[in-house]
Amino acid sequence: MALKGLDIFKLTPKTNCKDCGSPTCMAFAMKVAQGAVPLEKCPHLSDEVKAQLSEATAPPMKTIKVGAGNNEHTLGGETVLFRHEKTLVSKNLYAVKVSSGMDDAANEAVFAAIPGLDYERIGERMYVEFIYVDYAAGSDKGKYLELVKKAASMDRALVLNCADPAVAKEALEIAKEGKPILNGATAANCDEMNALAKEYGVTLGVSGADLNELHDTVAKLEAAGNKNLILDVGTASIKEAFGNAVQIRRASVKDGDRTFGYPSLVNIAELAPGDDTLQAALAAMFTLKYGSILVMSGMSYAQALPLYGLRQNIYTDPQKPMKVEPGIYPVNGADENAICALTVDFALTYFVVSGELERSGVPVNFLITDAGGYSVLTAWAAGKLSASSIAKFFQEKDIEGKIKNRTLLIPGKVAVLKGEIEEKLPGWNIVVAPNEAIQIVKFLKDMNK
Amino acid sequence: MPFKNKPQVFGAAINTVELGSDYKMTLGGENVLPFYTFDGPIANAPKIGVEISDLGTEVEDAFPILKEFYAGASTVVEMAKKACTMPGADFICLKLEGADPNGENKSVEECVQLAKDVCDAIDKPLVIAGCKNVDKDAELFTKIAEALQGKNVLLYSAKEENYKSVGAAAGLAYGQKVGAESAVDINLAKQLNVLLTQLGVNAGAIVMNIGSAAAGYGFEYVASTIDRVKLAALSQNDAQLQMPIMTNIASEAWSVKEAVMPEADAPEWGSQETRGIDMEVVTASACLAAGSDAVILKHPVSVEKISALINALM
Repeated sequence: MALKGLDIFKLTPKTNCKDCGSPTCMAFAMKVAQGAVPLEKCPHLSDEVKAQLSEATAPPMKTIKVGAGNNEHTLGGETVLFRHEKTLVSKNLYAVKVSSGMDDAANEAVFAAIPGLDYERIGERMYVEFIYVDYAAGSDKGKYLELVKKAASMDRALVLNCADPAVAKEALEIAKEGKPILNGATAANCDEMNALAKEYGVTLGVSGADLNELHDTVAKLEAAGNKNLILDVGTASIKEAFGNAVQIRRASVKDGDRTFGYPSLVNIAELAPGDDTLQAALAAMFTLKYGSILVMSGMSYAQALPLYGLRQNIYTDPQKPMKVEPGIYPVNGADENAICALTVDFALTYFVVSGELERSGVPVNFLITDAGGYSVLTAWAAGKLSASSIAKFFQEKDIEGKIKNRTLLIPGKVAVLKGEIEEKLPGWNIVVAPNEAIQIVKFLKDMNK
Repeated sequence: MPFKNKPQVFGAAINTVELGSDYKMTLGGENVLPFYTFDGPIANAPKIGVEISDLGTEVEDAFPILKEFYAGASTVVEMAKKACTMPGADFICLKLEGADPNGENKSVEECVQLAKDVCDAIDKPLVIAGCKNVDKDAELFTKIAEALQGKNVLLYSAKEENYKSVGAAAGLAYGQKVGAESAVDINLAKQLNVLLTQLGVNAGAIVMNIGSAAAGYGFEYVASTIDRVKLAALSQNDAQLQMPIMTNIASEAWSVKEAVMPEADAPEWGSQETRGIDMEVVTASACLAAGSDAVILKHPVSVEKISALINALM
């Protein structure tokens, strides 16, 4: 259970020596209690006290690093259940599944699609981060190891799903460089799987017939010194997988049950086999409710576009607006002779306005100016959207050199800036556009009449 | 050491709102978070509506599955009847876009007649959506509430600008249900509920429309607003936020770039119809996960999949 500042203070030397950087031992204790400063900052605590306190002050959910090099990823570390309470920190990641139980053509199709799905959306790379290599019970070991070899060459992190320790060892030998996740520890095999995970220094995935068994197995692994785990929520049914994901996360973050303080793995491919649309629906659900690695049968653009967009939304920090890179964004094949329309770099504004501009079918040079990521009115009120800031933007991006047309639309909400902008940008015809994005299509069509 | 679940069963619950007369459905009533059946039973599963526009029966060629589904339906009324046969559909949402003064500007009489015809023809509860023009909607909703007296329809929705006329007609005079629409903000949502109840509308006759966005288009505001509304309603027993939430997914999902871009312009993206379905399904699923009590969809495949999802989780 979380300790209060006073409890920590009692265990400090109370000398106010300032060696920790805080003015007093009391101030230090308060910061530790809030998680703002690590305990180790105080050089005078005995090991015994440190051990006693570090357990109590550790975050409720562990941060787990998996993969290696370019394919290293961070999971977990959440401190709240809902993003509005503070922020969510580690976005859910996607895996696609290949299996020794599937035929070669099916596996080949999954591999072949992986490199093609790789694009950028508002400064974030969107791609399938993991390949989930499944060893189906009773299938050919040789085939499995070939799949592992192929997956290891794909420049992605791996999840090796293999409950047979002997096969798992051979698979790890092939893929060890990439620090894969070894999934498949159960109550029955956890000693051997734990030995393997330790030997290769990889994260171990644990599952159980129900939450009680999972809890017991994790407790046993922790007692054996392994705290580098992820929890498989199981595939008994959609209802149970969802219930497990929620109860595991809630137990750790809200109720302080550290045994469940690990990221989760949800095998969606298994929960809705052969149904890509239902898999997309499930992935959306687990994006909001507590999936860390989501395993899919595949990832098409149709699935990726909404799912990655959703993830990017949910994992934005509520205190920091999403921003678009300032610059010229030609819409509907606009060239240097097309009119200009200007707005702010708040991502939501950008998306809504660009969507309407596209719908209008009118070629427009869409100009995004740096306004600190605020919406139009907020930016204007904060002085981040003004005639001078717009003039500066025009100069920096050399708009007059790049675009011949001299008509500029400005957002209706800052109509008051029209006069000032005319002064700062001589030769430009400044036109006040509508207040709301939804009116843009009609406005542009009328303008072109 | 076995695992000990600490259920979050709240002392307060979401209001139940019944829609329809001959064919009924009940929204809300839950006192646990969405789909948390391990905490306590959920009496009413979230409901799925099918959106039908008054703008005619033409379906774009880019959507062969949808076109095939409505093949042979030559009037809006026939489309609505057809929509009732979608497996998983619980209600119909008739959207009167054609009334928009900036669009087709159909007369109020024409819209009222269509609403009546649709209501008589279908065997599901009816939700009427307006054209987004607040003055026209006020007039429309007032007349429709009168014409459909006794049918217990939902007028979706009153806004801050027209809540008085819509609330007075639909909620007070003619005993219909009133939608309360605000722009993705918990305080605005609450304020409109307060205004409507002060006007005399029964809290049990209100369904919230807290606004919507497609996945990737500012959806974080939608998710956090629903999260906060549900937590305030359940854990703080805030009676002005205990109205069930209905979210229109169709209008948002099918108008973003991912669903609008023709396949010819984005060949690597694949079928335009599949993209639209996935955008609709992902957005709907996320809204349900946050706590919407009903979602409005357009495509039969989306309705089928979201229905399968709800059934699997209940």
